[in-house]
Amino acid sequence: MTHLPFIAAAYGLAVLVGAGFAVDAWLRVGRARRKLDAIDPRRQRARSAREHDA
Amino acid sequence: MVRSVDSTPALAPSPARSLHRFANPGRFLRISGWVLPWLAIPALVLTLGGLAWGLFVAPADYQQGDAVRIIYIHVPAAWLASGGYLALALCSAVALVWRHPLADLAAVEIGPVGAAFTALCLATGSLWGKPMWGAWWVWDARLTSVLVLFFLYFGHIALVRAFDDPTRGYRAGAILALVGVVNLPVIKFSVDWWNTLHQPATLTVTGSPSMHVDMLWPLLVCIAGFSLGFAAIVTARLRAAVMERRIRGLLLTQAQVPEW
Repeated sequence: MTHLPFIAAAYGLAVLVGAGFAVDAWLRVGRARRKLDAIDPRRQRARSAREHDA
Repeated sequence: MVRSVDSTPALAPSPARSLHRFANPGRFLRISGWVLPWLAIPALVLTLGGLAWGLFVAPADYQQGDAVRIIYIHVPAAWLASGGYLALALCSAVALVWRHPLADLAAVEIGPVGAAFTALCLATGSLWGKPMWGAWWVWDARLTSVLVLFFLYFGHIALVRAFDDPTRGYRAGAILALVGVVNLPVIKFSVDWWNTLHQPATLTVTGSPSMHVDMLWPLLVCIAGFSLGFAAIVTARLRAAVMERRIRGLLLTQAQVPEW
C-alpha cells in the first residue's frame, strides 16, 4: 500500500475523534443519570413505586 | 358571554407550537432514549463497514495511488463540518425566534462536535495534500474558507460560555452562528468562483459523480455512517445537557429552601 503513514494517520484520527466523542457522551449521560436519580424527588418516587409493585 | 372550554375552536398547529411539544425535558428524554440506539447502532455498522470497504476493497486511484483512501474520511468530515454548522445555525434561529429552550442547548452541544469534524477535515486534507501537492497547507480559497468555519465554531463555543448569565451567552452565540452562515456558500462555491488548487465538487445533486462507482459506494456508506454518528453523538450530548440542567435547577431549589 502506497502512502501508508498518511492513510494510517487519517484513519487513526477519525477513530480517535469518533470514539472520543462517543465515550465522552456516554459517560456524561451516565454521570448525569446517576446524579439525577440521587436528588430528583420525582425519580425517587417512581423508583419506590416500582420497588413497591415488585 | 362565557364560552365553554368544549366550544373553543381548535387552534391550527403552528411550527412554534409543534416545536414546543418537544421542549418538555421529560418528553425529550423519553423520545431521545428511544431514538438513540436507532441512530448509534446503524452509525457504528455503516461507519466501520464503509471504512473497511474503502481501506481494503475499493480500488486505488491510477494517479493518487492508495492516498485516495483518505477521501473516505475527508469527504464525510467536510460534509459534517458544513452540515453541522447549518444545524447549529438552524437551532440558533429557532432559539432566537421561538425561544425554544432545547434549541439553545442543541446549538451549544453541536458546536464542539462540529468543530472536531472540521478539524478532522482540515487534518485529513493536510495528510492527503502533503503526498499529492507536496505541501501540508496552501492558502487556497476552499482550505481558507474551511479554516474560517473552524474559527466560527470556536468563536461560538467561546461566546456561549463567556457570560455569567447563560441566556445572554446563548443569544450572543446564536447571532454569531447566524452571521457565520454566510461562509457556507463561500465554502461550497469557492472552487467555482476562484481558481483553486482544491478540485471541484465530485458529488453534485444534479450531475453524475465524477468518480468510479467502486469508489463511490464506500464513500456514500461512509457519509451515511458519519452523519448518523454525528446525530447520535449530538443526541446523547443533548440528553446529558438536559439532565444537567435539571440537576442545576434541583440543587438551586434545595439551596434556597431554608432548613428549620
